[in-house]
Amino acid sequence: MSAIQPAIPQSPLFGSVDDVTERLASVGYLASIAAATTVYLADRLGKPLLVEGPAGVGKTELAKAVAACTDSGLVRLQCYEGIDEARALYEWNHAKQLLRITSGQGRESWDDTRDDVFSEEFLLPRPLLTAIRRSEPTVLLVDEMDKADVEVEGLLLEVLSDFQVTVPEMGTITAKRRPFVLLTSNSTRELSEALKRRCLFLHLDFPDAELERRIVLTRVPELPEKLADSLVRTVRVLRGLELRKAPSVAETIDWARTLLALGLDTLDDEAARATLGVVLKHHSDTQKAAAELRLN
Amino acid sequence: MASPPKYGLPGHLVDFVGALRTHQVPVGPGETVDAAAVLTALNLLRREELREGLAAALLRRSGQRAVFDTLFDLYFPIALGRGQSEVEVPWTPDGEVDLDALRDILADLLRDGDDAALRELARAIVDALGQAGGGQGGNGPGQQGQGPKNWSAYQVLRQLSPETLLARILSDLMADNSDAFAEEVARREIRQRIAEFRKMITEEVRRRTAETRGRDQVAKTAVPKQAEQVEFLSAYADQLAMLRKTVHPLARRLASRLAVRRKHAKRGQMDLRRTLRRSMSTGGVPMRPAYRTRRPGRPELVVFCDVSGSVAGFSHFTLLLVQALREQFSKVRVFAFVERADEVTHLFAPGNDLASVMTRVLREAELVTFDGHSDYGGSLASLVEHWPDAVGPRSSLLILGDARTNYRDPNLAVLRRLIGQARHSHWLNPEPRKQWGSGDSAALRYADLLPMHECRTVAQLAEVVESLLPV
Repeated sequence: MSAIQPAIPQSPLFGSVDDVTERLASVGYLASIAAATTVYLADRLGKPLLVEGPAGVGKTELAKAVAACTDSGLVRLQCYEGIDEARALYEWNHAKQLLRITSGQGRESWDDTRDDVFSEEFLLPRPLLTAIRRSEPTVLLVDEMDKADVEVEGLLLEVLSDFQVTVPEMGTITAKRRPFVLLTSNSTRELSEALKRRCLFLHLDFPDAELERRIVLTRVPELPEKLADSLVRTVRVLRGLELRKAPSVAETIDWARTLLALGLDTLDDEAARATLGVVLKHHSDTQKAAAELRLN
Repeated sequence: MASPPKYGLPGHLVDFVGALRTHQVPVGPGETVDAAAVLTALNLLRREELREGLAAALLRRSGQRAVFDTLFDLYFPIALGRGQSEVEVPWTPDGEVDLDALRDILADLLRDGDDAALRELARAIVDALGQAGGGQGGNGPGQQGQGPKNWSAYQVLRQLSPETLLARILSDLMADNSDAFAEEVARREIRQRIAEFRKMITEEVRRRTAETRGRDQVAKTAVPKQAEQVEFLSAYADQLAMLRKTVHPLARRLASRLAVRRKHAKRGQMDLRRTLRRSMSTGGVPMRPAYRTRRPGRPELVVFCDVSGSVAGFSHFTLLLVQALREQFSKVRVFAFVERADEVTHLFAPGNDLASVMTRVLREAELVTFDGHSDYGGSLASLVEHWPDAVGPRSSLLILGDARTNYRDPNLAVLRRLIGQARHSHWLNPEPRKQWGSGDSAALRYADLLPMHECRTVAQLAEVVESLLPV
């Protein structure tokens, strides 16, 4: 089997930036202008999207939301230290190959056997190859790219720029349909220039007050609006302090749920003192915030 | 006003990219082509989408965003001249700006946190009050003077003095509430908004200046530096605060680079003894060679740092970095000095708040005896006198400071002895290399005794620290 025919031109997933915002909102993801614009452009220009930003601002959620609102399948490659080709791209099913060889022994010529063992049937596709070969619309999420070793980036280059994978025994497999690729990174290390060059770059930061308030209300609909308002304002003030770990959106939502569960309907001295631990994850941060915000 | 670019929109884009490059944002031709594709795909009338789209195509690192935003505002200004705004500045009947009424409007907007309206108001205010030289504009709405004008943010902010509105807004907000916590949150929030409003005024003045003076002129001075290129010695307080936020990511990056280096360094020499012993089980054939494994060295670190005013920012940052990297060392001891040395290791214990640790160092440690100017010789002597066992054969000595001795004795003999006791010693100096040895600097005389590294910026410091870390 040689190369499959090149990708056919495909119609874009989204019509305009507003379209992106609306459809993401319809699946419960409220996107900032930056996020909506880059998603639109990534789709239009057919480039992968590299999303960086602090933990808990919704990088992975963005990929899930794009998949959900475009009815695409989500293929996820979770990166970790030591991930390699066999985990990311494809692997030959050795056990099955051995079985095939022993079962055909004495009856077949070597050439036939060899051609047969290196065929489709014995190939175990891993996320990257799966995403390339799918003919339905696909969102490929490469999560926590910075955790993987530098070598894996090299592996991704071919996939990301040409949307093809080369299997030496079978030839080059080109995407039937270009997947929407989203990479996320917590920037624990600098990704290589070669990889970054192939992507559009989005720095996803903490949302502005209005957006965050809407996000909290979408996620915790039972929350009174007034409480959501003071919650978001407090979290923004906390972010302004020099803390070791600034609270992110995920923590704001946790805080909202906590207050609801405790049956508190205003965020006053006492409520704040009792629940500050939900948003601040270091003891020194809690102490500092308590001192600066006059909770002691 | 700048003339229309020669090659239309593509030409303008190339100019913009050129400006980014002059401000140390590396943008390749490939990215420029992407940016051009972005221009065709977006609705150009929506400025914020255009901004985000271009940023996505041109930037590769989040630290570059401040530079990008400033240049974007200069190259794709929101309006020409006064522009059209819905917010009007109140005028008194005799053609002066009614400052009190204006401050009322401003207070209301700050209280409600209406960013869009504040931005419009900033534009109108700069137009009315911002022309330097003539005091208050005084020429009524819509009138245009002749010749190039000077715009001044200082003048606007002096007349408005938005900071003085804080108490008033706060009492408005807190009318029916006496909660200390809620009040503190509100105060900080308003303060943040006022700071943002000041920034809006500055940006607006920059835009107007660019119109009269040409944007290249403005870009040269007004574009903020990226965090990595800010010089420690000339950084403002808020720049230093910004730098401190980069400590942990930087430490993580250094640690992971170090891990990679260690992994590669592991492929070491063959251990013949163990290989032969292993080969016994395979009939004397060495099937599985054994290698010498190297234990990662974890040295003791002794940091001796100048905390006098001139270099405090640099020392603080470096100490935070050392602290963030403490897993790489078996033990860290920190000595601070101005005129004499004192041990401050306990202040850097994990769990302490490190952002304000410098003020505690200055308050709690005994550093000053006479006039509060740094005295390197005396401090070295007191270190040796009071902590004779601090520097031993297993410790690495790291000295932080600008080596400006205020013409006192540099005490080279004691330093030579310390270097002899230590395993390694290095000096990190935040001054530019060409100023070493000038005036009261004893840098060159110290540099004869031990390697001295120039660490003016975070980028340089990271490089030096990485090369010093043990493999």
